Amino acid sequence: MTGGRISRRRVLSSSLLGAATLAASATFAKTGIPWTAGTSPYPRGFGATRFFTQPERRCVDALVARLIPTDDLGPGAREAGVVDFIDDQLAGAYGRGESWYMKGPFAEGLKTQGYQSEHPPAGLYRAALAALDAHCRERFGDRAFSELEDDEQDTILKEIEDEKLEFEGVSASAFFEMLMENTIEGFFCDPLYGGNRDMVGWKLVGFPGARYDYRDHLDHNGAAIPIEPVSLSGRPAWSSD
Amino acid sequence: MARKLPPVDVVLVGFGWTGAIMAQELTEEGLEVLAIERGPWRDTPSHFPTTAAQDEIRWYWRKEMFQSASRETLTFRNNRSQTALPMRRWGSFLPGEGVGGGGVHWNGQTWRFLPSDFLAASHNTARYGPMRPGMTVQDYGVTYEELEAHYDRFEKLCGIGGTAGNLKGEIHEGGNPFEGARSAEYPNPPMHMTFAQNRFEAAARELGLKPFPGPSANMTRPYVNPLGCQLAPCTYCGFCEKYGCGNYSKASPQTAILPVLMRKPNFSLKVHNEVLVVKLDSTGARATGVIHVDQNGEEYEQPADLVILCAYQLSNTRLMMLSGIGEIYNPATGEGLVGKNYCYQVMSGADVFFDDKYTNEFVGAGALGMCVDEYNGDNFDHSGLGFIGGGYISCWTTHSRPIERQRTPEGTPEWGSAWKKAVAENFLKSSNVGAHGASMAYATNYLDLDPTYTDIYGRPLMRMTFDFTPNDRAMSAFLTERVREIAGRMGAREIKLSPREGPYDSMPYQTTHNTGGTIMGTNPRNSVVNRYLQSWEVSNLFVMGAGVFPQNAGYNPTGTVAALAYWSADAIRNRYLRSPGPLVQA
Repeated sequence: MTGGRISRRRVLSSSLLGAATLAASATFAKTGIPWTAGTSPYPRGFGATRFFTQPERRCVDALVARLIPTDDLGPGAREAGVVDFIDDQLAGAYGRGESWYMKGPFAEGLKTQGYQSEHPPAGLYRAALAALDAHCRERFGDRAFSELEDDEQDTILKEIEDEKLEFEGVSASAFFEMLMENTIEGFFCDPLYGGNRDMVGWKLVGFPGARYDYRDHLDHNGAAIPIEPVSLSGRPAWSSD
Repeated sequence: MARKLPPVDVVLVGFGWTGAIMAQELTEEGLEVLAIERGPWRDTPSHFPTTAAQDEIRWYWRKEMFQSASRETLTFRNNRSQTALPMRRWGSFLPGEGVGGGGVHWNGQTWRFLPSDFLAASHNTARYGPMRPGMTVQDYGVTYEELEAHYDRFEKLCGIGGTAGNLKGEIHEGGNPFEGARSAEYPNPPMHMTFAQNRFEAAARELGLKPFPGPSANMTRPYVNPLGCQLAPCTYCGFCEKYGCGNYSKASPQTAILPVLMRKPNFSLKVHNEVLVVKLDSTGARATGVIHVDQNGEEYEQPADLVILCAYQLSNTRLMMLSGIGEIYNPATGEGLVGKNYCYQVMSGADVFFDDKYTNEFVGAGALGMCVDEYNGDNFDHSGLGFIGGGYISCWTTHSRPIERQRTPEGTPEWGSAWKKAVAENFLKSSNVGAHGASMAYATNYLDLDPTYTDIYGRPLMRMTFDFTPNDRAMSAFLTERVREIAGRMGAREIKLSPREGPYDSMPYQTTHNTGGTIMGTNPRNSVVNRYLQSWEVSNLFVMGAGVFPQNAGYNPTGTVAALAYWSADAIRNRYLRSPGPLVQA
């Protein structure tokens, strides 16, 4: 650096340094278009890895079936494969909290400060499911949550929602909030993530999925638009068999 | 020990909208420009093609579109009596990262501020008397009239669709009659409105209001911008905000600037490199360049004659603090300016439920909406109301992404069969009317460095201390009543108000309109940068972004952020380069 005044002369001389600058760096997108056609990175599909133990899986399956029940309106979280979706998510980067800030110190925090558990999502599930089953066994004659009657399960969920039931060592309300979020994700996600199986969530509400052009429907003027949902990976009617 | 690299004329820290604008402008001047971006390269065909863009889990819920909170987040508390804790994942706002920054995942609602917004202190005190105690509202130091040509440039760059309401001082039917005089009509016609907008428009007219189409960076027809970049007509797919557009239909650095800029021989871009500090000479009055670090932890010193901070408002403010440029604001003494006047946006609204009409909100776009501006800024008489400022009221149909949105009427439980039934019945038959309120500066809302928590490099996180203020609450209560009046006339079965009540909650998504921290103003005692966005202390350092807003107006900020970048670039090109040094004498 000399004197630090931008001058026209400097402009000329510095452009000659372009090549040297290029060579000196680690990751560089120099002039030109640095992409390659046809190389879009897709998210991981529904993998073989699993996180839940069998008792945990039974418990989560029972929980999500109460949050979005199978009823007169049709399939619920169980048919949508929500437990598989959550299992898969917890086995991966999300479960490990890889994109979350997980450095301590940890403190309880105010409601306005959001999630403050020292557990990443998978750890929170593990601790909370154990605490939930332990609580149920003690209170309902050695029956786990999944072995309770529907109304007993609803009572427990309502108590957690209303913050009347707390667990030892892990926040029941943080768990409930995460479970609600993940259940809705699993019910309404693109089927390529393993949930929303057969697009039951989308069919329930009438969401047409990953369609990319609605210009023909702009003048719907308050009338229904009868179209079938489509996943990012297509839909059953598109396959030859 | 940082390895010293050959010097460049200009180094840009961060490469979103303002970085791309600055790079385009200063390379035109023949300068050798290097942009350093900590995130990845991103382009339409590889990163958000139509076959991958519409993925709620990946982009929004797993936050792949945004800054990774694991590397750096901020800590938050509502007030100084509390202990700030880290935002362990993003919630209320979503800082961008990677090439294009937030310009990739914005909705495209592209506003100009009102002339009086730039004079928020002098105009309002002259009309209504002294501010409430504790308010630190200031004038911008630049006027609407000075920025007009720069707003116009950005609108043409982006192909904004809209209807002029004030063309050269003449009020035009169908546009916003309250806007400042514009030199030209929008480059494109407005969006194609749908059922909900039509109902909103009719309701607003019944009330004697003047509805107009929201200005949109979603293309309303094929468009070639002044740089020669081609944008395609929007297909109303309902994946704008929080998503990249796979269809070249949303103005972004990728669609509107990079195809031209990336081919220039005097422009270079370095990705996956994070600037750690702006390096100063021994006098502290001159920047010699920046220190940055690559993914392998190797540090580099990049000398430059001109350093321009183009990162997000939060990052620019923190980099000033970590570089020791200026004094960090201390609310106990009122001393210091860096971090002062942090402001946000005060949102409220009403869900609108129809019985037999389908709103079909999956037919949507980021900036598809009708708006009224009667209750924004000082467009109405505030006498006796106890607040200043306001907001626009709108009916946008941006999306019906089902993980993000399940509208249910008042009294619906949060889960179980009753919830399921309510979601199923209302998903296709509901809409929303929103108030997009201003946020006025108070001495108690600010940014500084956290004493406890650190980033991946061991440096202090920024600490945010923020709550809605008495002005915010009075303003928002007023706006929400206006929302009720309009929403109640849309022919719906019922409406459900969502007023802005209780303390600010850092988790539910509200909006990524964070402002202040490096505010602009008229002198070095009231501001961090001068009217040209030039640091008062370090004259070869400029700071872009909404951090320079002394307080936030009742509009989305991108239009003004970009106009200020063009205004600053113009001052650099036409004045600074001829005679480097302070553009305003202190």
